[in-house]
Amino acid sequence: MQPPLLSRRRALAGGAGALAAAGALGSLSGCAAPATAAGPGQTLLRYWHLFGGGDGVNMQGMLDDFRAGHPDIALEASTLQWGAPYYTKLGMASAGGRAPELAALHLARLAGFAPGRLLDPFDLDLLAGLGVKEEDFPPDIWRRGQSGGEQYAVPLDTHPFVLYYQTEVCEKAGLMSGGRLRPISGADDFADALRAAKKATGQPGLVTETLGPDCITPWRLFSSFYAQTGGTVLSPDGKSLALDDAKALRVLEYLARLVEEGLMVRRVDYAGSIGVFNGGKTAFHLNGEWEITTFKTTGLPFSMTRIPALFGTAATQADCHAFVLPHQKDRGGATNEAAHTLVAWMLKNSVAWARGGHVPAYLPVLDDPAYLALKPQSEYRTVIDDVALDEPAWFAGSASRLWIELGAVFSGVLTGSRSPRNALTEAKARLRTLLDTRNPLPGAAS
Amino acid sequence: MTSTTTAAPAPVAKPGRGAAGRPVRGVRRKWTEHGLVFVAPFLVVYALFLIWPLVSGLGMSLTSENITGSGGEFVGLDNYAEAVRDPDVWSSLWNTVWFTVLSTVPLVVVGLVLALLAHQLRVVQWLWRLSWFAPFLLPSGVVCLLFLNMILPSDFGLADQLLAAVGLTPEIGWLTDERYAMLSIVATTVWWTVGFNFLLYLAALQAIPAHLYEAAELDGAGAWKRLLHITLPMLRRTTGLVVVLQVLASLKIFDQVYIMTGGGPDESTRPILQYVYQQGFTGYRIGYASAVSYIFFALILTVSLVQPLLSRRRAEEAAK
Repeated sequence: MQPPLLSRRRALAGGAGALAAAGALGSLSGCAAPATAAGPGQTLLRYWHLFGGGDGVNMQGMLDDFRAGHPDIALEASTLQWGAPYYTKLGMASAGGRAPELAALHLARLAGFAPGRLLDPFDLDLLAGLGVKEEDFPPDIWRRGQSGGEQYAVPLDTHPFVLYYQTEVCEKAGLMSGGRLRPISGADDFADALRAAKKATGQPGLVTETLGPDCITPWRLFSSFYAQTGGTVLSPDGKSLALDDAKALRVLEYLARLVEEGLMVRRVDYAGSIGVFNGGKTAFHLNGEWEITTFKTTGLPFSMTRIPALFGTAATQADCHAFVLPHQKDRGGATNEAAHTLVAWMLKNSVAWARGGHVPAYLPVLDDPAYLALKPQSEYRTVIDDVALDEPAWFAGSASRLWIELGAVFSGVLTGSRSPRNALTEAKARLRTLLDTRNPLPGAAS
Repeated sequence: MTSTTTAAPAPVAKPGRGAAGRPVRGVRRKWTEHGLVFVAPFLVVYALFLIWPLVSGLGMSLTSENITGSGGEFVGLDNYAEAVRDPDVWSSLWNTVWFTVLSTVPLVVVGLVLALLAHQLRVVQWLWRLSWFAPFLLPSGVVCLLFLNMILPSDFGLADQLLAAVGLTPEIGWLTDERYAMLSIVATTVWWTVGFNFLLYLAALQAIPAHLYEAAELDGAGAWKRLLHITLPMLRRTTGLVVVLQVLASLKIFDQVYIMTGGGPDESTRPILQYVYQQGFTGYRIGYASAVSYIFFALILTVSLVQPLLSRRRAEEAAK
């Protein structure tokens, strides 16, 4: 069965409506990575990932470059459909011990992916020999790849929620200074900016996905602003509820007010929100940075910046793409080395990856002139120190139960079908249910 | 199907009886005569792909099995206890039942009306038959994507364009507004599958003996009376069949919702099968998903057993 062309999964894979190769390539029968013969003297390296759209194009280009420089490695890459189906396939392949040598994974999902049972640890000496060390990464993000004292995930990037702004509309509304958006300080200031934008165009100043199948943006919105208040959703170990009612209500009531005042479009799905912002009459769009390719392609006059600090700190919701080694019964030898080689190569060449909007996790790249020359991609690079990943819980991370369920709940606040208080009660009830449910895929260390 | 001959021994269920049903002593029938050898391939497939999954699913529903098939423990009826307390089970079950109610009525009535029309319209009858049945031949994915991307989008979709053509600009979120999403899915389903019921009714209409109508006409019955007193009563059995098949088909709703709304907005269209899918394949809880499946299976089984009983009772009462 084909998923919808404009589904959130496709859209999130980069580029709304981009026909990710997933449909065509996602029909792997069975759960084992197909073993095909590498040429004589070649090491077979199978790599599964979930990058479609603009990311998919970038990834393909990088893989081609890698192949050109490593004739001794027969690299076989498979693009699978983004989201829950990807993790189902990867989990089943790993459970059988016949997984591919290397795979992509969202870092915040590591806790729910049975590190130690479904994933094999990285060989840090091997990585160091290839020039990749722990101190090359932001400590928080590197630590999120650990479990039971082993390194199970090596981060490639972080992909935060950002603020897109239409430069011409912002100019007209008097929101620009020196070619950039003027600094926005606090929730009231942001509301004023939206009012000014509405005055200039007659349209709501902000558009972002508020509804639709598996809509996640309402969760990202809440998660970003709630993190700015200093609150956390779960305890640091991800085992108990830590949601602060007063802080959460402040955020939800603010969002509800923006919609009620007509400063934000009330009912629009993911693809629709892209379309509205592309229409050129809306000042602001809140989304992950991965839509940069879409707006660059359409020639919209826009730029990007970090989510302004509306409730305190400048934290913002994010997840990271990371590399993992799916469990193989006989992992080791040349194929495992080849997997480490590709990881190290990808990290060192992640300027190419940053074109798709993601902030490289490999710190040396952040000072690379080639990266700094990427505009507006390098405009929000400082976010790497302020990203708010979900607490490590089995039901958290990209396309997880948590995101989809709370996305639906907070969607109600934006569309007006739930009061902020009602949404808070419902969100807590759902979180408790998830917390009460035993991790179906416990790792070796948990 | 109904002809029996006494010349050749028909395969009978009770061994050791002759063709006329009299007990025969001392005769060992050759095993091929039971017909088993002919149905063996079917039985093997049936056992492998239906019986075995049914049994193993029931077994899994008593464990905490995960998607990778490792590490499940026996938990007795815990999954069932949890499912009964789970509000999402009840809400998605209700969505399923509501969809069934909303879709069965138009699918039966429209199917009947179309069949009556096609039966009356003697000209280019093949064209009516083809055009009303054609959508049924399309795969669900094609139909859903068609409605999702061309007919139902706000503004530029065909539905809104048609409304605009008659001077209305409602900008209805056909699939994004809780008030309309389920109705839009029902409408899509009716357009897509009504052809099947239409065909069953048409076949039944063509089987009504012409002499009944001739006799009625001689007695001076008009078209309306003929419909009311001959056609509809003669279609009663077909209606029973169509309703049962339709209820069972509607209860199994999944594809349309999965593609068109993903169960939204705010899970207002999520059917029970999608909840099973979510628990099993995105929540990795195969044990729990199996338990929810079995609760649903019990419902389906009840419907399919109760309905024939009801219709049989009605038939008996009618015969009195």
